[in-house]
Amino acid sequence: MLKFILKRLLEAIPTLLVLITVSFFMMRFAPGNPFSTERGLPPEVMANIQQKYGLDKPVYQQYLTYLGNLAQGDLGPSFKYKDFSVNDLVSKALPVSATIGSFAFLLALGLGVSLGIMAALRQNSWVDYGSMSLAMLGVVMPSFVLAPVLTLIFAINLQWLPAGGWNGGHLQFMILPVIGMTMYYISSIARIMRGSMIETMNSNFIRTARAKGLPLHHIILRHALRPAMLPVVSYLGPAFVGIITGSVVIETIFGLPGIGQLFVNGALNRDYSMVLGLTILVGALTITFNAVVDILYAFIDPKIRY
Amino acid sequence: MVLSKPKQQAVSSFASELEIKGRSLWQDAARRFFKNRAALASLIILSCITLLVILGPLLSAYAFDEPDWASMHSAPDFAAGHYFGTDSLGRDLFVRTLMGGRISLMVGILGALVAVVIGTLYGAAAGFIGGRLDRVMMRTLEILYAFPFMFFVIMLVTFFGRNLWLIFIAIGAVSWLDMARIVRGQTLSLKSKEFIEAAHVCGVSQWKIITRHIVPNVLGIVVVYSTLLVPGMILFESFLSFLGLGVQEPMTSWGALLDEGSKSMEVALWHLLFPAGFMVVTLFCFNFLGDGLRDALDPKDR
Amino acid sequence: MSLLVVNDLRVEFKTPEGNVVAVNDLNFSLDAAETLGIVGESGSGKSQTAFALMGLLAKNGIITGSAKFEDKEILNLPVKELNRIRAEKISMIFQDPMTSLNPYMKVGTQLMEVLLLHKGMSKADAYAASVRMLDAVKIPEARKRMDMYPHEFSGGMRQRVMIAMALLCNPKLLIADEPTTALDVTVQAQIMTLLNELKRDFNTAIIMITHDLGVIAGLCDKVLVMYAGRTMEYGKVNDIFYRPSHPYTEGLLKAIPRLDSEGEVLATIPGNPPNLLRLPKGCPFQERCHRVSDICRTTAPELTGFHDGRLRACHWDWEEIEQGREA
Repeated sequence: MLKFILKRLLEAIPTLLVLITVSFFMMRFAPGNPFSTERGLPPEVMANIQQKYGLDKPVYQQYLTYLGNLAQGDLGPSFKYKDFSVNDLVSKALPVSATIGSFAFLLALGLGVSLGIMAALRQNSWVDYGSMSLAMLGVVMPSFVLAPVLTLIFAINLQWLPAGGWNGGHLQFMILPVIGMTMYYISSIARIMRGSMIETMNSNFIRTARAKGLPLHHIILRHALRPAMLPVVSYLGPAFVGIITGSVVIETIFGLPGIGQLFVNGALNRDYSMVLGLTILVGALTITFNAVVDILYAFIDPKIRY
Repeated sequence: MVLSKPKQQAVSSFASELEIKGRSLWQDAARRFFKNRAALASLIILSCITLLVILGPLLSAYAFDEPDWASMHSAPDFAAGHYFGTDSLGRDLFVRTLMGGRISLMVGILGALVAVVIGTLYGAAAGFIGGRLDRVMMRTLEILYAFPFMFFVIMLVTFFGRNLWLIFIAIGAVSWLDMARIVRGQTLSLKSKEFIEAAHVCGVSQWKIITRHIVPNVLGIVVVYSTLLVPGMILFESFLSFLGLGVQEPMTSWGALLDEGSKSMEVALWHLLFPAGFMVVTLFCFNFLGDGLRDALDPKDR
Repeated sequence: MSLLVVNDLRVEFKTPEGNVVAVNDLNFSLDAAETLGIVGESGSGKSQTAFALMGLLAKNGIITGSAKFEDKEILNLPVKELNRIRAEKISMIFQDPMTSLNPYMKVGTQLMEVLLLHKGMSKADAYAASVRMLDAVKIPEARKRMDMYPHEFSGGMRQRVMIAMALLCNPKLLIADEPTTALDVTVQAQIMTLLNELKRDFNTAIIMITHDLGVIAGLCDKVLVMYAGRTMEYGKVNDIFYRPSHPYTEGLLKAIPRLDSEGEVLATIPGNPPNLLRLPKGCPFQERCHRVSDICRTTAPELTGFHDGRLRACHWDWEEIEQGREA
């Protein structure tokens, strides 16, 4: 088991390296100049700027410098906000996204799994049809359609919740964003869980468990739940990526100062180093998370540990 | 974009049965599909939307980028021909929604096409060549599944500019993973068939075998699967446009319209609701279509 | 007093194409420590009989009739009461040991839970009892094996584990649904020997469901021959084997390949088992029977007793079959 964990973590490193390298060189070979404006800068100013950001050095040297900085956790200076480094801006924005993201993730997992199990155990009843129809709705409405609609109903018409802003993270400012983000994932996880649970309950070893006269709750909790969770665990990786991606849109709609906002603004302002830095950060998070999910999967399924 | 597991499994198990049962399997599947009323209805609705999107703008008196100074940001007005109202610049929303539909659907389909091409070639090569290369390619695939592709595409758009071609190539280029897996599976089972051995013995090159023999046989599955990819592509493009990183003005897409609409939600509800309605209906239909395809290919007790 | 008495057991399944009668008015009885073999082809309804007794039928199954175990009715019982009978009084082992054991749980846990939940034993006692049982089914290094997962066992060993699991609570009756079908022939022989020993040691009655007559010969006291859900023949094992009274049994016996026949074509029963949705009028075996006559096609033969507890369902005269045999 330990060998598996180590192997998995070690595999993550070259992946990360590839991500960093590809992204870096894409940035370097992009056409145009992050600093060109409509007015056009006099060449001496341009030369100064280039020197300041180290853009006048040969490419491979820039690459190595970047790698060196990364190893120390330095994502470089922001090309747009002259007085700030990417690190400064990210460290302020990360807690916001992390809070909303974690809430969304945990909610999706908790509600999704519970709904899925309930629907599976009462197959073809109104509980089943009802929850699966709701799930269907959650899946077709992309977050950028759902969120404005929710805002319309709850913030503008009913005025129960604020329409946006962060305000230091008060609970009411988090409700609509979190719901907007999780709907899709509650629905997906519920559907996956339901299907998986039904399949597991029909398997031969559950029949054996029933033949052993074990009570139903014991069978569900100790025999069926573990294998039934496997597809959901596999889905956690893509779900994580999806929630991070979704945060980009949600933060834009609700005006939350998180890394999603930072990213979009960086893209719109052509703040190359911000965009590069954030892509690498998110990539690293994703790769780590996926490694953790793989290890979790191996915990549940003894067959793949070796 | 990752496709749901059940859909993936349905297509793979159908693909593996295909060699044994051949044509009758397709007929069975087609019969089951057409019996599914939801799927059939979705197909019809989607066709209507496609027709509307192509012909609609030609029927309206207005162009999508010309402001009507007489009615700026006005509500739907049948008499004036502004069926969906106008936006803040006075442009007719009926035409703009349909034009946006053109872009969204087109990018969706073209993006799916790109994903299909890349995925098919990758999967066929991996499955056919096999051995070490196959293992490496599959491991790479597994690793790629973990990538936050959206960020990558946004990064591409930032660096290389907002070009329609770039957008659907980029979207397609990051969504071919499932397709590669399925094609590889199909290729692996085809590889052991006699006619491939015959070609091999006759000295046909590996590449020719892949493109001339394997790919045509995989085509059926590929076509079916690409239908399942399209809604994901539409969503992807809308996502980009919503953030302002998609198609450039004055051209528009549903995502961009939703962005404008949600910003002017309080004063011009129609600006949000019409594009939203179109988008939700389209995605709903694609969803039922996808479910219908899955049930047709692999009928199991739900 | 008989341990198990089954009367007119009928199992029907509701399907979109109509009702399928999988088990049609089965009658048999079993005494303590007796072994009954149920023989038939795939689709003859033998497994469904077992499932009906254990309450493991699919949701669209309907059970009618009576099955009295120790004089108490066990058909269609609510799950709570059924759970008191399962594993404690009646146990079951299944055909495919690979999928019948939970691959995600250690073998030890799966063994111990029956004792923990049914007998309220302490963990230590349950552990000791499980190890003892693994020894009894001849699994080497029993203690080590308790901590392993099913995929680390071979097919034969897994089936032994299943048998051990079934016998832990010392049930009076063990139902074995084709336990050796998925195993190699040599392993099959080992399992059969094991079952014979355990039968003696634990005094368990066994219902052995199989399509293999060799298995029947090696283990059973009585035999029930089934076809298309109906009893064709029922009697003591020696009678059935040496003096079969039904054309189907005759066919089955003839189809056994023998080392002492030289270069002949292997005998088979021509045709296939019937579609239970479209059974022919009359005897279900008519299309494959080598003794078929006109009455077989119009009237289904009744199950009639003859000769000291034997039953048969055939129109052909018993005396004629006997005489033909002696001829």
